[in-house]
Amino acid sequence: MNAMTPCGDFRTSYAADTTIFPTRNSRLALLIGIVLLCGAPLVLGRYELSLLINIGFMGIAALGLNILVGFTGQISIGHAAFFGLGAFTSAYLHERFHIPVMLCIPLAGIVTALIGTIFGAPAARLKGLYLAIATLAAQFILEDFFARARWFTGGVAGRMTESPVLFGFAFDRDESFFYLTLFYVIIMFAGAANLMRSRDGRALVAVRDHYLSAEMMGINLAYYRTLSFSIASLYAGIGGALYAHYLLFVSVEAFNILFSIQFLGMVIIGGLGSVMGSLMGAAFMVMLPEVTQWGADLLAGGAIDRALRLGNSLSYLREMALGATIMLFLIFEPDGLARRWRLIKAYWKLYPYSH
Amino acid sequence: MDWSLLLQLTLNGLIVGTLYGVVAMSFVLIYKASQVVNFAQGEFLLVGAWMCWWFLTEWQLPFYAGFLFTLVFMTIFGVVLQVVVLRPLIGEPVISVIMATIGLGIFFQALMKWIFGVFAKPFPPIFAVERVNVLGLEVQTVYLMSLGISLLIMAAFGWFFTASKHGLAMRATAFDQQVAQSLGVSVPKVFAMSWAISATVSAVAGVVVGVVNGVSSALSFYGIKVFPAVILGGLDSILGAVLGGIIVGLLENWAHYIDSEWLNWGNMFQIAPFYALVLILLIKPYGLFGTKNIERV
Repeated sequence: MNAMTPCGDFRTSYAADTTIFPTRNSRLALLIGIVLLCGAPLVLGRYELSLLINIGFMGIAALGLNILVGFTGQISIGHAAFFGLGAFTSAYLHERFHIPVMLCIPLAGIVTALIGTIFGAPAARLKGLYLAIATLAAQFILEDFFARARWFTGGVAGRMTESPVLFGFAFDRDESFFYLTLFYVIIMFAGAANLMRSRDGRALVAVRDHYLSAEMMGINLAYYRTLSFSIASLYAGIGGALYAHYLLFVSVEAFNILFSIQFLGMVIIGGLGSVMGSLMGAAFMVMLPEVTQWGADLLAGGAIDRALRLGNSLSYLREMALGATIMLFLIFEPDGLARRWRLIKAYWKLYPYSH
Repeated sequence: MDWSLLLQLTLNGLIVGTLYGVVAMSFVLIYKASQVVNFAQGEFLLVGAWMCWWFLTEWQLPFYAGFLFTLVFMTIFGVVLQVVVLRPLIGEPVISVIMATIGLGIFFQALMKWIFGVFAKPFPPIFAVERVNVLGLEVQTVYLMSLGISLLIMAAFGWFFTASKHGLAMRATAFDQQVAQSLGVSVPKVFAMSWAISATVSAVAGVVVGVVNGVSSALSFYGIKVFPAVILGGLDSILGAVLGGIIVGLLENWAHYIDSEWLNWGNMFQIAPFYALVLILLIKPYGLFGTKNIERV
């Protein structure tokens, strides 16, 4: 079997160096993967589909955060607030101006990107832990704004949303909404992969690797830091809009700091600076509570269950699992699942003659 | 204008502010010694307060014994955290370290909720007299105790860093790790010690707040309130942390006063320090007393 990665460095041109798919098989594998996913609604049940949809929009938002954190080296602890901003903007645009939901989703992304730019411009002066603390403040300020702005969010009651409709066809069931999410996932991930081999993408990576040297080489630091913040907000906004129109209800309390940390967890678990890693991290994070639930169900009724009061405290167990996973990954696998995936591919590269 | 309310809130602000100052000080201690931004500082308060509560109510220990056990426990707790979680991350980028402490914070917050529940539980009464009269103002005895303990801790910090051998070793490490190492200072020991002291001192603050307000997961919010305080004072200044803490304490109480008198927005108490934080970061990111970091290639 021909491999997913080439057996050596055979690149002779810059074009070959920046290619997304190094071999024909890797391209084929992606196509087959997409075709298989397209067939998923025919086979899978509602529960599995809803998990996949969750992974989809979470993955889009996580990719945005990865562009900010993994590619540009700017930390943000307020990503959930922008995710929420996208969700509320899309719902608000549809209800107030009667814009079709299909248009609201990209519009919400653009509006969130604009607001992200407003927040990002002052943040461009900051870096490292100062930025982390500033975005932490932004998280609390935006959360407070959500609770206060009843015209926008519906206040404590939350806001109802509607399903997207295209030419009279409503994406109101898991089977149909899955295709919409898949469409956005492909667009957004292809966009990010291409961004990273463009001039702007290389500038972002240069800012991350050594911002002083980057500035000396003529890269406008403030511009690229703000740009990265805008792109991250764009992704968060689109992910949030999909979330809003999938759940059909947006609540103010959903976008708290724990949610922000979940996004950071996805990026770390997936692998900082890896496009596909964001999706893997999102999948891991979506599956984590399910696995906790599954483990608790398995023990339910037993002596351990009674002694530890597992049934009543499942939400705490999930939070503990979240914290513990983040720590364990940082200590034992700092490059995340993306590195594991690379190792697996490298192992099969020369199979059965790998040393 | 309600002058007596303003006065009362100012006093509250001062008392809460000194507590913020104590927590901020222990935050700065870790940052100075090991360059780690500790997002789990609030969980130190939480764990300490719950442990003390557990010793006092479940074991029926007298206050001084329970308090002493808590301090011993927190010292070990701090060292273990440093050795198990933070030591493998030495040399990793700043985001990894930040994320690790965030993970720690979530983990212990959830663990405490799991073990002790979500509802606030009061400490058994410690003082016979509940209120005393100071200059015409009714002040709860626990507030006075809190003020006294805070000032005591600050004085102890002052002595520790200027006169004791370990404190000087710690300052040397903060100044330059390699030079300190070449002079015989054991840097890993200093790191572990800074975490132990920080955890213990935070736990004292946690117990004090627990005695005043009851123990609940709301305690961990002190760890987040620390950020405005330390940014205001400068991240690596102990004096700045104390002043920043007091200013933040006053600020939130005054914001509460302005809000309740004129604005009626609600929630200003919680959110005002964060607006201040953003402003400070924009105008003077190194704070009042922080050293400006000059970077060379």
